[in-house]
Amino acid sequence: MNMMTGVPPWERLIRPDRVHGSLYTDPEIFEAELKNIWYRTWVYVGHESEVPDANDYVVKSIGPQSVIMTRDEQGKVNLLLNRCSHRGNQVCSFERGNARSFTCPFHSWTFANDGRLVGYAFPDGYEGQDKAQLALGRVTRVESYRGFVFGSFAADGPTLKEHLGGAAETIDRLVRTSPEGEVEITAGFLKHRVKANWKFILENECDGYHPAFVHTSIFGVADSMIGKLYGGASTALTRDYGNGHTEIDLRPEFRKRDAPLSWFGTSEERLPDYTARMKTAYGDTAAREIMIDGTPHVMIFPNLFIAEIQMFVIQPLGVDDSVQHVTALQFKGAPDLNRRLRQQTMGSVGPAGFLLADDSEMYERCHRGVLARNPEWIFLGRGEKRQRQDELGFTVGHVTDEVPSRGIWTHYRKLMEPA
Amino acid sequence: MLSRESSATLMSAITAFLYREARLQDEHQYEAWEKLWTDDGVYWVPANGADIDPERQMSIIYDNRSRIALRVRQLMTGKHFTQTPQSNLRRLISNIELMDEQPDNGDIAVASNSLIFESSLRDDTLWAARNEYRLRHVDGELRMASKKVILVNNDKAIYTLSFLV
Repeated sequence: MNMMTGVPPWERLIRPDRVHGSLYTDPEIFEAELKNIWYRTWVYVGHESEVPDANDYVVKSIGPQSVIMTRDEQGKVNLLLNRCSHRGNQVCSFERGNARSFTCPFHSWTFANDGRLVGYAFPDGYEGQDKAQLALGRVTRVESYRGFVFGSFAADGPTLKEHLGGAAETIDRLVRTSPEGEVEITAGFLKHRVKANWKFILENECDGYHPAFVHTSIFGVADSMIGKLYGGASTALTRDYGNGHTEIDLRPEFRKRDAPLSWFGTSEERLPDYTARMKTAYGDTAAREIMIDGTPHVMIFPNLFIAEIQMFVIQPLGVDDSVQHVTALQFKGAPDLNRRLRQQTMGSVGPAGFLLADDSEMYERCHRGVLARNPEWIFLGRGEKRQRQDELGFTVGHVTDEVPSRGIWTHYRKLMEPA
Repeated sequence: MLSRESSATLMSAITAFLYREARLQDEHQYEAWEKLWTDDGVYWVPANGADIDPERQMSIIYDNRSRIALRVRQLMTGKHFTQTPQSNLRRLISNIELMDEQPDNGDIAVASNSLIFESSLRDDTLWAARNEYRLRHVDGELRMASKKVILVNNDKAIYTLSFLV
């Protein structure tokens, strides 16, 4: 640490093939991340389908801050901070609901679901006060992409589209799995807490090196085809889209199989209704391609992970305290597919999931591990010599290579270094 | 209604069964625990309340009989790292009640409360739950046709729950 300013010398902590262990455990670095990442860049908050009707609301978060996502009477989606403008009490204590307004229980200040202060108790004490100055706090910028709502506390900066960059195409790919072109988030969330730094989760999402080992217990007993995707002979790729977004691209393997819905371990015969709807919506050829390629495995920096069949939202609460919010992806107009997505998701993820219980065990062991100070570094050099550029200019590597971690840290350093 | 005498006998058998289940779980006797299930058993740990529709909404566990078997087989590998080493566990079972002594389908509705102390590599964790069972006599032995575990804090973010709850 630079003792004079409290700002770490980032170039000494983040090198091309290694990062310093203190990046995961130093409380001052965590505070700096809240400021420079979570309270500045685009962060995924919620999905429009979670507030389908006027006056619907759902309580979400940006880091440790509670955010109310509302759909106001005009149909606009708002991201409001759950903090009364009077004395700071939380104005909303329920996870979801339908309400035109929120009344603070402390002194009965009432806010419309677009954030306006509409009244306070005994108003004669506030003679001449401009209510417009006392609205609920808002997430400064709100934009959505194909229903995924993001917020940024920075007044200026890249647009959401600029931030998503090349990774926007993965969301385009995702929504095409629906015959109506829309994702729906309707199955409720599991909330899985881990005593570990959020970046262990972030980096693991597109780490294709670990599944063969961490998940050996379930691959061994379930009749799973997942293991082979992450083997040494796999043709699947890791990809760095820039801006911290990373992907495991499994399409090369699925295209070799050349079997629609094989990506989901099923077939056209087993999902006839879905298959018919897809062919009607996209035509036989395009539907077949979509159903062969499957859904993406992409980590949108810093907190939205689309894991083929489910969606994770990473929430940091403290330097060693994080929550994974996870739900099954649901696709509009695909009831038979959706049912299987829910069943598979419940088996795989969450606190008792066949996969995520072991992943989360690794996060916690890594966090305790890096408290040891020798070696000081986490080594991320796998595949550095064999990585290459794909046809669009993004860096790609073997599915087991650490292209994603290196991409994440390159972007992280840019955000953390003073401009 | 059962006579008072047969009700007391049944209650005694049920209590013994629940204590036995608790001991098998605490001591990680996975295969013996699996044998307590009927062939159509359903093991359900809801999230976000007690009364969600598990066919529509995410549950922490919603296992049919084959998935119960898969869960046990994963634990048996010795490579399910979240339980390697195994959590040290002791649980208290109390408030055992017969909820319906004369159900239509022959199953016996039973409820209990449990308090579980888990000591794992991460830390010590206290779990509390309401347990709702449907028990059935199969070849003269009680078996679980369903077990629903309603964690008191199932609406919150909870740590990994990889032992048998």
